[in-house]
Amino acid sequence: MSRRAVVMAVAAAVIIVLAAWALTRGLERLMTAPEREAERTESAPVEPGAPVRHITATLFYGSDDGQWLVPAQREVPFGDTPVAQGRHIVQAQLEQPATTPLVGLVPPGSTLRNFYVTEQGDAFVDLGPEIVAEHPGGSAAELLTVYAIVNAVTANLPAITRVQILVDGKEVDSLAGHVDLRRPLQRNDALVRHTGTQ
Amino acid sequence: MPTLRLSLALPAALLAGVLIHAQGTPPAAPLVLLTREGRRPIPTILQSGQELVALDDVATLFHVTIREDALAGGVTVGYRGRTVLASPDQPMASVNGRLVSLPAPAVRAGNRWLVPVEFLSRALAQIYDAPIELRKASRLVILGALRVPRVTVRIEAFGPPTRVAIDITPAAPGSTTHEESRVLIRIDADAIDATLPASGGGLVEQVRLGEQPTTLVLQLKGAGVVNVATTSTPTGARITLDIPAAGSQATPTLPAVPATPAEPLPQLTGPPAALQTLVLDPGHGGDDVGTRGAAGVLEKNVTLDVARRAKALIEARLGIRVILTREDDRRLGADERAAAANNSKADLFVSLHANAAFIPSVAGAEVFYVSLDADMEAARLAAESQSVALPALGGGTRSIDVIRWDMAQARHVESSAVLAQLLEEQLRQRVPLGPRPTQQAPQRVLVGVNMPAALVEMAYLTNQSQAKQAGSPEFQTDIAQVLYETVLRFRSYLEAQP
Repeated sequence: MSRRAVVMAVAAAVIIVLAAWALTRGLERLMTAPEREAERTESAPVEPGAPVRHITATLFYGSDDGQWLVPAQREVPFGDTPVAQGRHIVQAQLEQPATTPLVGLVPPGSTLRNFYVTEQGDAFVDLGPEIVAEHPGGSAAELLTVYAIVNAVTANLPAITRVQILVDGKEVDSLAGHVDLRRPLQRNDALVRHTGTQ
Repeated sequence: MPTLRLSLALPAALLAGVLIHAQGTPPAAPLVLLTREGRRPIPTILQSGQELVALDDVATLFHVTIREDALAGGVTVGYRGRTVLASPDQPMASVNGRLVSLPAPAVRAGNRWLVPVEFLSRALAQIYDAPIELRKASRLVILGALRVPRVTVRIEAFGPPTRVAIDITPAAPGSTTHEESRVLIRIDADAIDATLPASGGGLVEQVRLGEQPTTLVLQLKGAGVVNVATTSTPTGARITLDIPAAGSQATPTLPAVPATPAEPLPQLTGPPAALQTLVLDPGHGGDDVGTRGAAGVLEKNVTLDVARRAKALIEARLGIRVILTREDDRRLGADERAAAANNSKADLFVSLHANAAFIPSVAGAEVFYVSLDADMEAARLAAESQSVALPALGGGTRSIDVIRWDMAQARHVESSAVLAQLLEEQLRQRVPLGPRPTQQAPQRVLVGVNMPAALVEMAYLTNQSQAKQAGSPEFQTDIAQVLYETVLRFRSYLEAQP
């Protein structure tokens, strides 16, 4: 084989590898672009000076005796679609700390990966893996965490009657071994107490 | 003309049939509402084997409002701003938006609405101020906290001497009167919930309820001596009656001694036991440690230790086979746990766990049984309506129930509720109870279990003193005793089922 032929072969191999890399990266970008786009619009910083629209939403925290869900009115950013609004509400439920004497029910650092709604009116709340890793476990604590999220979505978005919690984009058995998360859950009022009536 | 007569007669007959069907028949014994103020009968009727109560009677007895909900196509029961909606289409009621299962849907008969009596304890109780407990077997609806002990009578030895044991749980004072061939046992309580042997044995002709609601009658085969002894058991009181053979000398009354409860002697004859295999499921395991408590107590270790103690106790005393879903420290999926129980054709499943809360003050044991969502309810109904006839060995066919394997628990929810109640009663005797002693929840491990099943959260490991307790042999033995006593009582419950 001549020297020229060797150079040609190496160049061809390099071009093929580069093309393959570009193709896969490009495809990946293409596949994820809408989601990223959506994320950008959802979390876009508001221009300085523009008024931030908020709504008053009902979030759920633990009662001071640690046994019940207590609804609390909180300001959350306005979302112009049910999906956008649902995302703001779950984000607020995960991030807004409880005020004394109420108790937080979601492990600190829990994140929302995605939120979407099916045609049947079931919402899917896709949470980051922190909620599993940091959860204290136990049926009682797990029920309160799960239904704080389910109730926050259903209480504020009347069109949604059931909520399924996913973790890291996947269907899971449970958060900590107790509450069945393989199917969408309905709102739970039996766990709710209003502070005034305690 | 005959055609016309037929065309008139047929609708008339159908109408009469419908009326009779709608009216139903009265039950053999009336249901009684027991309150601090006294007893009041609750009129009920039996229709297709289901006992129904009219909502207008419920309105009078419980001071609730009834409103027909044309929009939802059902009937709404209201109490102090809280509501229950019952539907004629589905065997369930909606309590503040949450579904509870009922054995049958609401029925409209003329201008009255009828609901299954279970509506009182499952649906109305959830919006009511005072506890409402239905004890169907003893024909009672208990409103408020009243003393209604369970009284179980067993003929322990046919003899002679014949020995009869009466267990009263929780303990209540009892007195006995012996006249000729009859012993009258009176128990000091608001009412009793009695489980009696189906027939006599030895020198006992029959055991039956007395004319007073808190009395039992022991009919003997002849006049003779009866020695009575009262002892206390870990969970209540026991009255033991010894009846020596006719003509033998009376022995002095037995001193009330044994510190350990006398165990029922194994029965040598009779049908196969209603409860032969129990599955205990020690929660978590392996790298899934469960809840972490103070002083390094791990849920996975507590659950396994308790399960081992309970297995030893129950196998030794009751002769029931006890299977553990895991015998050592390893991770196990929920479906593997359910499969271990289903494949061994067990009669009972109890999952053992330890609890956690977001604040350290919460403490006490809690019991869970499965709640039915719409999917589970649908699976239950499908299972009831579909059964497949398969050819059996040696000719003929046998009927196989069909149910989605992942929702097998749906058809056992009623007996699981009984199991949960028995567990709560036994836990109450020995360990602190949590804020909500019995709850329904979509417990992952129970959903696929094809037998009566419950999950016990024994203590809160997030509470420092409970975490210490949970690691102690005393506490673990207490829970093992709770399981033993519960199995004993659940067996009696199964045996009393038709």
